[in-house]
Amino acid sequence: MKSLGALTAPLLICSAMLAAALRGVDVYDALLTGARRGMKTAVEILPALLVLYPLIYLLRASGLLELLGQCLSPLLQALGVPEETAPLMLLRPISGSGALSVASDIISRAGPDSLAGRTAAVMLGSSETTFYVAAVYLSAAGVKNSRWAIPAALCADLACFLSSAWVCRLLWG
Amino acid sequence: MLLGILITALYLLCILLAPLTGSAEAAGNAVMEGAQAAIPFVLSIAGGICLWSGVLELLERCGASAALAGRLQPLLRRLYPRSAREEEILSALTENLSANLLGLGNAATPAGIRAAKGMAALGEPARDELCTLVVLNTASLQLLPAMIASIRAAAGAASAFDILPAVWLSSAVSVSCGLLAAALFRRLWR
Repeated sequence: MKSLGALTAPLLICSAMLAAALRGVDVYDALLTGARRGMKTAVEILPALLVLYPLIYLLRASGLLELLGQCLSPLLQALGVPEETAPLMLLRPISGSGALSVASDIISRAGPDSLAGRTAAVMLGSSETTFYVAAVYLSAAGVKNSRWAIPAALCADLACFLSSAWVCRLLWG
Repeated sequence: MLLGILITALYLLCILLAPLTGSAEAAGNAVMEGAQAAIPFVLSIAGGICLWSGVLELLERCGASAALAGRLQPLLRRLYPRSAREEEILSALTENLSANLLGLGNAATPAGIRAAKGMAALGEPARDELCTLVVLNTASLQLLPAMIASIRAAAGAASAFDILPAVWLSSAVSVSCGLLAAALFRRLWR
């Protein structure tokens, strides 16, 4: 079972290849197309990261992140959330690239297999950029009064952060 | 616009704080270090993103979206009883949800916007359902968070995908709470 878990990535890839081959899909061509799209994604996220990375480094070097962590740590400790993830939780609903930058910073500093690193990864993976997505949908549909959409979406985000922290503590704490 | 103001304010705050914490020099070098670090970071995750985009392309080409769609429609009829009666909105909703599950953001957004426009055109009867659509799209439904796995792999994780069960559980909790909040607020909102 353990070696099966370790082989997750090649197993997933191979099952997709097998399923596609059985349906007569040109497997190699599909992978190439995907890789090309992946390069486009990487190029598309780069400018935002170039703007936000210096800010994240500055926030950390100036001691502001530490101060924020210290201010929030009594609350976070009571809730069982690693305090390193405080900036990620604040930024996540507002900016996707900002959250990506902060999360990668936490993951590389605390270590990908540390509790804080895992919690940051799970938080990032199980949430979305709430305000951005809501703005795109509401403005495209021409809705002026979004009523309860944002409060309900923020409830979902809060639930996501807490459950990420608790599940990680349960599994790896 | 809002983000620009936030960034500017944070820069100001850092500049004011740095001398007080005795870290002026470190803060002075931080911006250049950060800009330099952004490039290797994107390069380090680009490989993973490309590989998993290829896997998603495979799934798309073998009709995974269509296969998902059949299973999703009964669920969508319950979630959006009024809008799902319109054939066009239902197909947009289906496309939106299956693309979200597969992590195809580029396909999910246009379909979701089509559904939102259709709901807005229905007016009053569908306005709660439009809010539900927004709530579901601001929660993550992605089954395979490839970007996060790539970040973990690049940082040297022992097993990049071992967080999958935690991500699924957490997404499920988040979506359930979103729907619960939606059901509650719908009744309370005036």
